[in-house]
Amino acid sequence: MRSGRRRLNLAWLATIPFFAYTFLFLFLPAGSVLLGAFKGVHGGYTLGNVRVLFHHPYIDAYKTSIEVSLVTALLGGIIGLATAYAALREGTPKWVRSIITTFSGVAANFGGIPLAFAFIATLGTIGVMTQFLKDQLHIDLYAHGFTLFGKTGVEIVYLYFQLPLMILVIAPAIDGLRREWREAASNLGASSWQFWRYVGLPVLMPSILGSIILLFGNAFAAYATAYSLTSGTVSLVPILIGAYYTGNVLDNPHLAQALAFGMFVVLAAMMVAYIPLQRRAARWAK
Amino acid sequence: MKARRGTAPTSYFWLLITGAYFFVPLLATFLFSLKSNQTGKCCTAASYTWVLHQGDFWHTLKISLLLALETIVISLLIFVPTIYWVHLKVPRLRPVVAFLALIPFVVPPIVMVVGLLDVYRGTPSWFYAQPWGFLAAAYVILAFPYMFFSLDAGFRSIDVHTLTEASQSLGASWPTTLVKVILPNIRSAALAASFLTLAIVMGEFTIANLSAFSTFPRFIQAVNEAQAYPAAALTLMSFALTWGAMLSLLLVGRKRGTRAAVLTGAR
Repeated sequence: MRSGRRRLNLAWLATIPFFAYTFLFLFLPAGSVLLGAFKGVHGGYTLGNVRVLFHHPYIDAYKTSIEVSLVTALLGGIIGLATAYAALREGTPKWVRSIITTFSGVAANFGGIPLAFAFIATLGTIGVMTQFLKDQLHIDLYAHGFTLFGKTGVEIVYLYFQLPLMILVIAPAIDGLRREWREAASNLGASSWQFWRYVGLPVLMPSILGSIILLFGNAFAAYATAYSLTSGTVSLVPILIGAYYTGNVLDNPHLAQALAFGMFVVLAAMMVAYIPLQRRAARWAK
Repeated sequence: MKARRGTAPTSYFWLLITGAYFFVPLLATFLFSLKSNQTGKCCTAASYTWVLHQGDFWHTLKISLLLALETIVISLLIFVPTIYWVHLKVPRLRPVVAFLALIPFVVPPIVMVVGLLDVYRGTPSWFYAQPWGFLAAAYVILAFPYMFFSLDAGFRSIDVHTLTEASQSLGASWPTTLVKVILPNIRSAALAASFLTLAIVMGEFTIANLSAFSTFPRFIQAVNEAQAYPAAALTLMSFALTWGAMLSLLLVGRKRGTRAAVLTGAR
């Protein structure tokens, strides 16, 4: 992989701490999970653990996880894009831009336990919003089948970190949309729709798709938020894996590793799609 | 298409929708935190005083803050030289480093902790049984993507070659160049990465929970399960902590006139 020439000028030696760390704390643990997925309970290697994943209840957990990730990535992506554009376009006051980008920088890292509770305080059974709707507008959410503590609830809460993440990652691309392009299109008689159809969206598309893939991975990997919100009742893959290690259901630890392996496969596929998109998006950067 | 004057109506629409969605849960949590534990009515600050009188609150907060500090120092020591060299000497390695730094997005913490526990179970207790060992090691990995993106953007925005050559032709050694010339120029990027890392460590639950270390987020979860109104107060305090980290970052940047760079880095 690395040529002898590069070895000779020794430049890459300075990167050794990074590669060593990556090996010790990323590859070694990942390798142990991947190998574990193919180990039998009584030793030896087997495909049995992975085969089980395609049956109830594991396959359903994957479906739920993928659905939640897809829904929040798409919704977060679309609303995030619209919000980012609204905040960054000309005519919007500078302070709006500052607030949105700063807040996104923070909110993308809101998550887990406090976020789950913020929504319990808002839309939970005795949440402020729930009570307000019930008392003031006579809309009883929970009587109409709504619950925060299921799949829909998890999606609503996930959007709180998906949206700002989208704003953060798409903002540079939107900034890259040259004002001159818009003016040129306008001078040539293009309508706003035509500008977006033939210039704006095609330029932004790789960035948008790349960002949505990031969002998907972000939701797919999340554990703490759903765990805290639903007390582990929503069967997402991470929750299932967590239950194997925190609960007393360790009859076959390799099954949990197989579940983890399944997550790898889904997320690795996402990564493979992300890299060429990122490369295409970079074309317009300078 | 007219020249744009003032804010477009569609902009108002999206900013209002998103603004409300961002703001309402924060407001609701605040109102919730003011309710009395006995009557469930507004308004009392009892929840806040309750939290502040918990010994575990201060204890776990201290552990998490020290953990964040340790994570930041280790991450910077790993990433600054690496990215500097990659930009200066081996740009062809950049995609490799970028790919590796991105992997923590692909390896969810829940999977990572399972693997880490498996690999390091037998190691000496000064590492395995201490948050400063095992947990910090895991948190550095979590910081990877943020460190890389911030610092890489920082290095891309400066002319590494010219700065290095100028410094060296004036007789500076490699360490001097790195510390006195490069570091001040990527300071805002490094700060941005540091504050993001602080926010991550102060909120991380999955790894701490499965490896059973008492960190601040685990304390919050314990309160969530037991005390509804104090939990709201604690949630807001936790948000304020993250918020404060980012605001101080902005203030530091503004003083130096590098606000734009900070915002870029903060993304």
